[in-house]
Amino acid sequence: MSMPFYVSPEQLMQDKAEYARKGIARGKSIVSLEYADGILLMAENPSSSLSKIGEIYDRLAFAGVGKFAEFDQLRKVGVRYADVKGYQYSRDDVRGKALANAYSQAIGEIFTREWKPLEVELIVAEVGDDRLAGHEKNAIYRVQFDGSISDHTGYCVIGGGVDSLLSYLSTNYKPGLPLGEALRLGKAALERAVNGDFRLDVQNLEVGVLERQRAGRKFRRLSADELRGILAP
Amino acid sequence: MNGAPRRPTARGVGLRLRGLFPGTSSGYLGSSFFELLQQEFPLGSAATAVVAPAGAAPVAVPHGTTVLALRCSNAVVVAGDRLATEGYRVASRDVQKVYATDDHSLIAIAGAAGPCIEMAKLLRIELEHYEKIEGEALELEGKANKLSQMIRANLPAAMQGLVVVPIFAGYDKRRRMGRLWKYDVTGGRYEETEYEATGSGGLFARESLKKSYRPDASREDAVRAAIEALTDAADEDRGTGGVDTLRGIYPTVNVCSEAGIEIVAPERVAEIHRELIERRRSRA
Repeated sequence: MSMPFYVSPEQLMQDKAEYARKGIARGKSIVSLEYADGILLMAENPSSSLSKIGEIYDRLAFAGVGKFAEFDQLRKVGVRYADVKGYQYSRDDVRGKALANAYSQAIGEIFTREWKPLEVELIVAEVGDDRLAGHEKNAIYRVQFDGSISDHTGYCVIGGGVDSLLSYLSTNYKPGLPLGEALRLGKAALERAVNGDFRLDVQNLEVGVLERQRAGRKFRRLSADELRGILAP
Repeated sequence: MNGAPRRPTARGVGLRLRGLFPGTSSGYLGSSFFELLQQEFPLGSAATAVVAPAGAAPVAVPHGTTVLALRCSNAVVVAGDRLATEGYRVASRDVQKVYATDDHSLIAIAGAAGPCIEMAKLLRIELEHYEKIEGEALELEGKANKLSQMIRANLPAAMQGLVVVPIFAGYDKRRRMGRLWKYDVTGGRYEETEYEATGSGGLFARESLKKSYRPDASREDAVRAAIEALTDAADEDRGTGGVDTLRGIYPTVNVCSEAGIEIVAPERVAEIHRELIERRRSRA
């Protein structure tokens, strides 16, 4: 009878984390920004059908980087969770914090129990609504491959080149930007993630916004034409 | 053996995840909210019909009365009165019977008010859920067909008097026209090319629409025909609420076209109703 090798828990976790980090680093980054009238999510994505950004519920949006099959599965689970909750209670009871926590628990559980960790990193964005007293504030949560969760004000970045994007945003971000300026800032940040004189083509941008003033479902995708119009100098 | 790494399981990462996420235990993978409820929450949701024990007396519940839909040039008009009755009594004077299920479709409900309103709510979530999961919305016919299955699932309750018989209407973006369907309690789905009215005053509303219907009618004319039909139904059927001038309660009239759903303002409904009464008075 063969005995399996002993592997210390520390080593095991380190190996898993390294594996997940490598998988995530291969992908492009996603940036999320609070602007004057809502929250915007922006990804570099040459595919028009395989989305990285999606609608979860009235005020909630999702963005994922890493393995498409894995984060898309997480997105669908989130939609099911939100729709069931909204059906059983009320639409205003579906909140970002609960969803981000549920993601954190599920992803963390897989990280410790499963052989292969999820190679994903997520953003859950919740836009505030001035018509609901106590729900006026925006919230942006980031959930990492090991289930660690953090909340962010102003901006949040996930994916490969997080550090360079964050340093760029920390010097250039201002609260209360109009949509056009926020889009320009987001695009410049994503371009910063790639070395050299890189320009992103609008065709390869996937952008979703949660619009504060919109009634009901606040999520909306911006088409390439719309983006071109807004970004035109 | 302690500390040995676990072997990869045959079950995928996705399956494990679904088990961990609250409210998604049995691992439903499809795009239907209705089926998700049936599988994950077999008790206490409208997705599973409530069945009373055999021999139980039928319960008295509020009933919605008359709703109708008619096609006109490039659009469909959906309207309903506002009364709900419980036997011979008024249960509610301002109940809503016409609901938008998304940007380009509507459901008008007649029958037991509780299950009807629940089904309208459920259909709305169903369509939104499908759109979010799949990344694109269902075709109009797909929406009508889904409603058919939901009504069929309600059959046991319908046999005990909790009947749901809606009209579903909307604008078909592929075929560029308004379309409408009627249903029976078994989920039978029948597309109408002209108009349909259902509920206690449905017969009278249909008789009225038979006289006024023109396939190429303008939107304004179709709205007028809808209000006239509801007025006629209220005239002949005690269960149909007409215009309540005392309380200022008017029938709901919605127009669905390529541009989306437009709710005709109550002031405009009142005006059209007034003109109609004037016309009839001068004839007398």
